[in-house]
Formats: sequence, C-alpha cells, structure tokens
Amino acid sequence: MNRYFREISVTIALGLILLAMAVLAPGFFQPQPLLSLVTREAPTLVVACGMALIIISRQIDISVGSQFSVCSICAGLLAARGWPLGLVVPAAAAIGALLGACNGMLVAGLRLPSIVVTLATMVILRQGLNLVQQGAFVNLPDSVQWFGLSQAAGQWTLVGLALALLLVFGLAMRRVAAGRWVYAVGTDAEAARLAGIRAQLVTFMVFVLMGTLAGIAATMNIVQSPQVQPAVGSGLELKVIAAVVVGGVAISGGRGNVWGAFAGLLLLACVSPALTHLHIEAYWEKTIQGAIILLAVVAEGLRQRKSKGGRE
Amino acid sequence: MRDETSTALLVLQGIKKNYGAVRALQGVDFDLRAGEVHALLGENGAGKSTLINIITGARSPDAGTLTLAGRPLGALSPALARSLGIACVHQQPALFAELTVAENIGLRLEAGGAWRRVDWRRRAAQAAELLQRVGAEFSADRTVRELSMPEQQLVEIACVLGAGSRIVIMDEPTASLTRREQEKLYEIVRSLRAVGTGVVYISHRLEEIRVLADRVTVLRDGVSVGTSAVGEVTEPELIKLMVGREVSLTQRAAGATPGAVRLAVKNLSCIAGGVRDVTFEIRAGEIFGLAGLVGAGRTELARTLFGLTPADAGRLQVDGRDIAIRSPGEAIAAGLAYVPEDRRRHGVILEMPIAQNMTLAVHSRLFPGGWLRAGPELSVAAKFIGDLSIKVAGPDAPGASLSGGNQQKVALARWLATKPRVLILDEPTQGVDVGAKGEIHRIIRRLAADGLAVLLISSDLPEVLALSDRLGVMRGGTLTASLPGDSDPHTVMAAALGQPS
Repeated sequence: MNRYFREISVTIALGLILLAMAVLAPGFFQPQPLLSLVTREAPTLVVACGMALIIISRQIDISVGSQFSVCSICAGLLAARGWPLGLVVPAAAAIGALLGACNGMLVAGLRLPSIVVTLATMVILRQGLNLVQQGAFVNLPDSVQWFGLSQAAGQWTLVGLALALLLVFGLAMRRVAAGRWVYAVGTDAEAARLAGIRAQLVTFMVFVLMGTLAGIAATMNIVQSPQVQPAVGSGLELKVIAAVVVGGVAISGGRGNVWGAFAGLLLLACVSPALTHLHIEAYWEKTIQGAIILLAVVAEGLRQRKSKGGRE
Repeated sequence: MRDETSTALLVLQGIKKNYGAVRALQGVDFDLRAGEVHALLGENGAGKSTLINIITGARSPDAGTLTLAGRPLGALSPALARSLGIACVHQQPALFAELTVAENIGLRLEAGGAWRRVDWRRRAAQAAELLQRVGAEFSADRTVRELSMPEQQLVEIACVLGAGSRIVIMDEPTASLTRREQEKLYEIVRSLRAVGTGVVYISHRLEEIRVLADRVTVLRDGVSVGTSAVGEVTEPELIKLMVGREVSLTQRAAGATPGAVRLAVKNLSCIAGGVRDVTFEIRAGEIFGLAGLVGAGRTELARTLFGLTPADAGRLQVDGRDIAIRSPGEAIAAGLAYVPEDRRRHGVILEMPIAQNMTLAVHSRLFPGGWLRAGPELSVAAKFIGDLSIKVAGPDAPGASLSGGNQQKVALARWLATKPRVLILDEPTQGVDVGAKGEIHRIIRRLAADGLAVLLISSDLPEVLALSDRLGVMRGGTLTASLPGDSDPHTVMAAALGQPS
C-alpha cells in the first residue's frame, strides 16, 4: 500500500467536500469569508505543526492550549506597554520555549509519561493565568492589529506566515537529520539510542519547539482582535490533536507528517461554515467532527491490523 | 538405561516441534516416575524450554504422544494441564506485581467463576500456611512488586505446593537464590518427592543435580541423547553428552597473525549491569569469542562497553589510548560498534527504509551541517547491499520486508558504515537460516582479516569455536576462563558450567 495513503485520502475527502459545496452552496466560496476562515485557522496550523512533531516522537502535549493562553496574555501585556511587534513575537516565542522546556525536562529528563506531565502543566498554567489575570481582558494598542496594516494585508500576512512555517517543518522533517531522529525516536527509542542518537535530547527539543510554536501562534492570534481574553486557547489542544490524528499521524509514533496535519485541520475547520451554508443546525458541527476523528482512527486500526497480518 | 514405564507418571514419546524452519524438538523421549526428581540438562537452545511448554500445554507438539499415569493425553491446554496436576515454576516469576502475595496465590488456586465471593480470611490463612511451608520470611500482605526475585520465586513455589500437583517442573529455580535459600528449596523438592510428586528439575549446576536428582536426561539439538541414574554417570560424561556433536561448521582458516592491541579492557565493572572485574584484550584482525550460558553477563558486558550501562570502575583503551565511554555516542566516536542481540527490536527499525537504517549511526559524518542528502545515503546503501549481498527490493524497501538473515546484514551494515575499529556482535546468527548463517560467518571472517577487532558473543558453541581466534568464558558477570580458539567444546562447556575440566 502507498506510504502516503492516509495523507492522500484525507486530501481527497477535503476535495470532495469542497466539490459538494461548489455544487450545493456556491456561496461558500465568497473570497472574503473564506479568507477570514483561513486566517482564523492560521495560528491553529502553526500549533498543529508542533503537535505533529510531538506525536511522531511518541509523546503528547495537552498543555498547548494553556501555553497558548499564557503566551497570548504575556504578548498582549508587552504590546500594551508599547513594545514593538518585532520584539513581542520573539518574546512570546521565548516564553513558549520556556514552558515547553519545563514539559520536556519532566518528560525527557525524569522520563515521566507525557500525558500526565502535560495534564498537570495544562491545569497549572490555566489556573495560574486566572489567578494573575482575574479574568481581566488586555486591551491592545491599535498599532498591533493586523500588524498595523490594512485588514486584508494583515490577513494575507498571517496566512503566508503559517504556510511558510508549514513549509519549513514539512521540508525539515524530510531533509534534516534531526527530523529523521524524531521519526527514529518515535518508532523505537531504544533502537535510536543504540544507534548513538540522543533520544532524550530529541524528545526534550521537540517539546521546546512545541512551546516556541505555541508562542508564535499566540502572537498570530492577538493581532486579529483589539483585545486578548484569558480564556483564549482553551480547547485548542483537542482541536490540534484531532487535526493531526485525522491527518494520518499515528498516535503510536513514528509515522505521519505535517502535510497530513494541514489537510486534517482544513477538513475539520470547513465543517462549521459548510453547515452554515447548507442551512443545517450548528449543533451538528461537533458531532460531524467527532465522526471524522473516529473514522480516521478506525481506518488507522484497520491498516495496522492488515499490515501485521501481512507480516506473519 | 532401564525401562520402568509401569511406574511412570508421565511418558513422552517421539515429541517433535518445529517453529517455522527451526526444528526445536526432533524426537524426544522422556519419562517421569512418581516420587522422583528427574533432572533435564542441555545447552542453550537444546530444546528444554520447548519441552516444558509442551508438558504444560502452552504449545502443542507436531508429533509424538504424551501419556499421563497410563492414560494417553490428547490436545493439552494450559488450563487442562493444570487441572491434571501439572505445575511449573518458571525461571521468571509470572506474578501480578501490583497484587499482594495472598491475592496472587488466591488467583492461582481458587476455583470458581467470575462472580464468586472471595473469602478473604480463608485466602489469607492459606497464603500464610503455604508461605510458612516454603520457608518464606515475608508476610502475605506484601505486594509482589516489593519482593526480590528469589522471594517471588518462593511465591511461585508456594502456589505449586498449594495446588497439590502431581507433576512439578522447576526451570532453573536456584539461578537467583542465595546458598541458604537454595538449601531451603532442596528441602522443598525432597518433601515433594517424599509425597510421591514427580519433579522435572532443570538446572545448569551439575553439583546440584548430583545431590538432588535421581535420574538425569540430556537434551541436545532437540533430541534426548541419554537418560541414566545420577549415580551411574560422571560429570565429564554428562558434559560430553551435552556437547557431543561434531562441529559441523567449516573450520576456521588459519588466522593471519594478529596486529597490535585494538581494545584493552582492564578490571571493568558495572554494578547496575552486573558486570564484575572483567579484563581482556583484542588485537587487530582477531576474533575474540565470548562463551557462556544465558544470563552469564555477556550482553551486559557488551552494553557496558558501548556506554548503555556505563562502567563504574575499570579502564578502557582503544589503540592504546585511554577512553571513557558514558554513552553510545562516545562509544561510536571511540571507534566501537555494537550490533545488538535482538535485531527485530533494536538492530533494525522495521518501519524505516533500509537505506535510512544503514545511515542512522553516521549522520554527522555523512551529512555535514545536518542536511540529509540522497546521494551519499544511496551510495552507502548500494555499497553494503553489494558487499554483504543483501537480498532486498531496493534501498527504499522497509526493514520489515527482509528475511531475518538479511535484516541482520542491514544491522551489520549500519555499524560497518561507522568504519569501526572494534566490532561487538551479540548473537549475530540467532534465528537466521543455515545459509545466511554461513554467509554471516564468512563476512565476520573477512572483516577480521581486514583488521577489525571483533568481540563475538554467541550461545552457539560450535559457532564460537569455529570463528574465534581466542575465547573467553563468562559466568556470573565475570570472565572465568581464557582459552585458545581451538579448545575442545567440553573444556568450554565445563568452564561455562563452573566445573574443573
């Protein structure tokens, strides 16, 4: 079977939905609402790239939503104090990297299970933020919105930035030795260690990268609205994990790529506007998204059973 | 050999069992009488474990009959074997670590369906009584996780006692016990014998067989080669029976004169890995074989040399320079290469294309700056596919698509790509077919001839003898003997068993 079967089938599913929309509700393709939709998902795509790496390395990070919130608020506070965006973005990325490093230290250094570690950091970061912020919004100066550009230019900038990061990670995972280490560690950490790869360091760095991307995504989010609310980013972890899994990244590690995660994200993201245009009740959205996730997992399970059966 | 099947409790005749192409048992006859301790002796891979699995119903034989107390047995399952009174104390205790001793014993011994009521008081009393009988000094309330290996073994034995089994199989029960615990175990075995239980006793310790067993059967290459009363056979005779086959492998060529000392190991110890005070050296162009029984510490020594469980004492020199190895990365930098034992798990990443598998340990040399380039990678793959004549669809084929022998060659290629000075091979031909085995042997010889120092770990004695220029024998984590390569198998086996030869 083709190695990229899953990535291709998700892309085909996405294509079919778009085709159906073109026939049933051409209004879906109005440029402005579509650009707004893609812009809203741009930060999510950046986080999904990081999550793809995390899951390929056989870990999980459910604290990304909280990391995203903390970085958003910090970036907002810095911007409100008059920091230029050119400094706010690296600062938010650095804060994210620090949060990722904490997770990475606990997971790789102390060899604790990542699901428990990041569950704890998720709750701690979220509640810490609530304590400090007491639910208060952060108002942003006008210069921050859309990077001080026009809305359309700002939107295109965000989409371009997200796609550029996607391209970088897509290529790096295939073209850079470190990318291959991520796959090796995710497939068989002990085998990787025997081959001289510093498996724990790779795991640590993947978490740091995840945090950095969460920080960058956070600033990509705050420029879209005049204020930052502390609840921003809650539920983000589920969204990106779903996108990554739908996109064919094996939850058991070692398989998948960021392109699949991209297709998975688009597939899940277009459910809601599609329903609106088809005049179907919005309550169906989560149900349909859930069904897509289930379908992807079942397909993965069948594939694995088949390949195991074939080997014996 | 006498035949007294009239009193026989269990009779096995003509048992055969194949695992794929591997012929594990090729016709084993064995009988066990009531009230006897019958020792089963054999080298690693002689077929002892398979035979136990057949008696306990875990595996069904391809051919042959089992007769229990005069009644022929049909298809046996583990549950049926247990209900017929057959019990086994495995070498690795198979207990539930998170449950208490009493709960473990209860699970084994209590009958009834899923919804039966648990009588905790009875369960505790029974556990306490059984623990007392086996001489355990811990309470039945302890969770198994907290117990040491020998303590867990005692729990296993307690279960067997509690089951009142007619046939008890013990697989190297004293391997991890202290002297005092051994004495206690002997007492238990004797008391089992006194009440008419038949005990199959597997052990590598000849002295133990002498004091404990009534009869001894030797297995070799899946065939029972002899049964006799313990009093009628000497230890040298037993050793001869165990290794008696002719060395069928091509004899080693007269080795070229070895060069300078490549690897020098002095008083190397690693407490965590169980390696104690090991000293040896290997010269360029020399194959140094490491013989010993399973668990003698050979793999542990290799893992210590390679920095997986770093040494905590001793000196290591490569080409006369002192080096410290605390990680595989440092080992590779020092010129060491380690082809591990379990290739399906750690030697080859099955999901990865073989070209990527081969270059995994040479990324920094092959790809300066970290940029992967297809050209150098494919040329490495092409070189080794040719050099080692690996049968594969192409460099992009995943490791899983290869046969065992070819996977082993890919694992070897990964390490040869590092251009090592010292090559450590751990069971390089385990589970590969005869043809591939011969090929791998030729490759190993050729590598040595090219000036590599080879440390060869193998449980296949003829293989070690055929390939090694010199060999060491390990026992209990340390090197107990250093022998010339043309030693006879009896001497090596005696050293591995801890017998004066």
